[in-house]
Amino acid sequence: MPFVPNTDAERAEMLRAVGASSVEELFSDIPEHLHIKGLDLPDGISEIEALNEVDSLAERNVQTKKMDWFLGAGAYYDYIPAAVPALAGRGEFLTAYTPYQPEVSQGTLQAIFEYQSMAAKLLGMSVVNASHYDGATALAEAVLMAWKARDGRNRILLPRELHPEYAQVIETYCTSFDIEFVRYGGAPENAPIDDKTAAIVIAYPNFSGEIYPVKKAADRAHEAGALCIVQADPLMCALMKSPGEQGADIVTAEGQSLGNPLNFGGPYLGIMGTTDALVRRMPGRIVGETKDKNGKRGFVLTLSTREQHIRREKAVSNICSNQGLSMLQTCIYLATLGKQGLREIARQSYDKAHYAAELIGGIPGYSVRSSQFFREFLVETPRAAAQIVRALGQRGIVPGFALSRYYPDRRNELLICVTEMNTRTQIERLAAALREASR
Amino acid sequence: MNTMNMRDEPLVYELSRVGRTGCSLPKSDVPEYQVPGDLVREELDLPELDELTVVRHFTRLSQKNFSIDTEFYPLGSCTMKYNPKVNEVAASNPGWKNLHPLVGDEYAQGALELIWRLQEGLREVGGFAAASLQPAAGAHGEFSGVLMIRAALRERGDRARKKMLIPDSAHGTNPASCTMAGFVTQTVPSGQDGNIDMAALRAALDETVAGIMITNPNTLGLFERNIEEICRLVHEAGGYVYGDGANMNALTGVFRPGSSGVDVMHFNLHKTFSTPHGGGGPGAGMVAANETLASYLPGPIAVRHKSGYTLEMPPKSIGRMKAFYGNFGVLVRAYSYLLMTGANGLRRVAENAVLNANYLKSLVEGVYPVPYKRNCMHEFVAKGTVAAGVHTLDIAKRLIDYGFHPPTIYFPLIVQEALMIEPTETESKDTLDLYADALKRIAGEAASQPELLHDAPHGAPVGRLDEVMAARCPILCYRG
Ligand SMILES: Cc1ncc(COP(=O)(O)O)c(C=O)c1O
Repeated sequence: MPFVPNTDAERAEMLRAVGASSVEELFSDIPEHLHIKGLDLPDGISEIEALNEVDSLAERNVQTKKMDWFLGAGAYYDYIPAAVPALAGRGEFLTAYTPYQPEVSQGTLQAIFEYQSMAAKLLGMSVVNASHYDGATALAEAVLMAWKARDGRNRILLPRELHPEYAQVIETYCTSFDIEFVRYGGAPENAPIDDKTAAIVIAYPNFSGEIYPVKKAADRAHEAGALCIVQADPLMCALMKSPGEQGADIVTAEGQSLGNPLNFGGPYLGIMGTTDALVRRMPGRIVGETKDKNGKRGFVLTLSTREQHIRREKAVSNICSNQGLSMLQTCIYLATLGKQGLREIARQSYDKAHYAAELIGGIPGYSVRSSQFFREFLVETPRAAAQIVRALGQRGIVPGFALSRYYPDRRNELLICVTEMNTRTQIERLAAALREASR
Repeated sequence: MNTMNMRDEPLVYELSRVGRTGCSLPKSDVPEYQVPGDLVREELDLPELDELTVVRHFTRLSQKNFSIDTEFYPLGSCTMKYNPKVNEVAASNPGWKNLHPLVGDEYAQGALELIWRLQEGLREVGGFAAASLQPAAGAHGEFSGVLMIRAALRERGDRARKKMLIPDSAHGTNPASCTMAGFVTQTVPSGQDGNIDMAALRAALDETVAGIMITNPNTLGLFERNIEEICRLVHEAGGYVYGDGANMNALTGVFRPGSSGVDVMHFNLHKTFSTPHGGGGPGAGMVAANETLASYLPGPIAVRHKSGYTLEMPPKSIGRMKAFYGNFGVLVRAYSYLLMTGANGLRRVAENAVLNANYLKSLVEGVYPVPYKRNCMHEFVAKGTVAAGVHTLDIAKRLIDYGFHPPTIYFPLIVQEALMIEPTETESKDTLDLYADALKRIAGEAASQPELLHDAPHGAPVGRLDEVMAARCPILCYRG
């Protein structure tokens, strides 16, 4: 069988060295009646056959590339420069473990440090950790972190327009604790922050694409002794004020759109950043700069007394394996695009989305509901949005996300996303198709 | 060691030159729109590099790593087996990479079928009734599993059961996951033979017990011989049994944890099912359960109907553990591996993993004391007590000079100076012989030239790093 090098002759020799008469003997600690006869699975197949089988499944899916694609809603179709997978896919990165032995893991460690630095600057925070499982779990962990940091306060304010799956993950993560969630609508500065409030969560932008500035709400939270958590679109931060410069205490983000493919929802990248004041409460691995005994710069995992392998039941979180490779993709992505490239992508996304909104807003029966948005906006449709999605799908256009999928009573709302991948022609085709679909 | 890149590599910020960029974009074909004044960002402190500089930089960084592809990497409890290249090819199909998670079930039938087949395959390997592929890693699976136990207890009206038992050899994620699910933990000691002390277990089983978390084989690499009895006792006391499947590589096709009484369990697909660790992740932490707990599994999970596949929430689900459906790209790799190994291959995996570990143990135990005199499973724990004044850390660092990644050290916590060695089935006898030779030579050096060990490594890109300074005055972000 593949992947097992030892020959029968070698196995026999090894058994002699061990002093066992058979391999079965090595399993003698397992009670006899619990040994199984065999698994009810087919036997192994060759590389050619396995690949054919996996490929044939892959080919049964609808791909972004083959359609005019305007669906986002938490996962974005963006360009990934060729250098990103080529470098991240190098075996030395791909097949290394967590960098517990720093002398032979400087590649991974320095890359994490560089990612932490770039992500921190993008979000305007002083420190970012080495990743969470995704944006949703990062936000859920941020909520727990804030709740623990504000002892005696058990209220968390959540925007009504928070990605529904994020809200569900928060609910799962917090289920064992006495936390009261209050949902607020509209501008976060008008949310009911009081002396029971541990933190307010602001979605920047929110699930329907609306952007509310963070500053006033952050100030109000701080006056009330609460923390301000911002769930941000990291690409938007290349163009618009970062959450950090507006006073956020904790920022979380989904980093998928920065260099990670859609992959049917994962692996993605949970980004979390915070302030110096809160860093020792932050979950997740963190890399720090230090020196070796000759004074040479090097990098190590640090502040580990927060973590499960040191603190066990008193750890700030149970996270161990994270999304290292997705983080590396984002690190290389940010380095490749750099300041100008990232700005340009954000800029084009913004312009194309606004161009699309202008066209669609001009079609009778449609109205654009978002007033300030980045690359995603909400449109009220003349017919059920799900019907429009189905009709346009037949014509090779995926026009967006019908909100009825999460909220059955929001039938006529379509969330449209435009990225740098969309051309003017595609946008105009979308507008024309929507016009036809209204009849 | 000459494979490693010894040059100093500047940080991306230090390589930056104003005006450069590493990627060309098409000219915008739409008008420009004004960003509202109060939202405009002024400064964006990102580096500016050309593409070749980026390529050299990250290639050079990669060369400062040990990895499975370049070195033997016998990190105990981590199952650093070969990660087949075909898995990477399988996962890079555009039909996966360009598949949006919200495209709708009808447009993603291939993905749903893959999820379903993998759920079914893993369920069978573990001997469980159902599986969910939601969790993103082992710890995430643990968190799911203990939440399922919590939900089942609450449904029974047993809100007072707050105590989760954790053997003293357990991984740190076990107690940490319990805390996240609102449980309090109580440690159960190991006995003389390295297994759970049954008398201590009996004494701990009272009416406040919610359950136990068991790793089998445990982190000493030893099979819990009393596994059935343990499960029976915990069940009788009204609790549930969680299985930490990090060490499943010893048992595939030989033993099914579900048949021994374990109620709910995770597998680390990034260990047993050969998906790469990526320098820390991503993993995948499938969680499976027997009939008693299956309806609480996190969701959605894939369900097969006559007309096709759908994603559904199990009836009493604890809910979502993350957005969308798990680390799907990792699942594709695991599925490709499952296809290639199959029933016969999985058994050979376990047999060879266990044989390799016992063989390596037999080569070194004369020099490095092995505290438990039993056949090991896929890994064993030895002690670095080979010479006065020399510690396990020194031995680990010296191994680097011989071109080997050190084993896991100082874990499990119950063995002093622990060296936890897991060779895996994908290593040849030749490699194991070389590793044993290196360990023996290092033991010799420890007696004759201890400073050689104290100063090790000598041939790595950096020497031993000052971790105290790193934690005391943290520099966590470039400050240029
Ligand atoms: C025994 C054991 N349990 C749990 C874990 C946690 O798994 P993960 O790192 O995938 O969260 C590990 C691995 O790190 C382990 O070795």
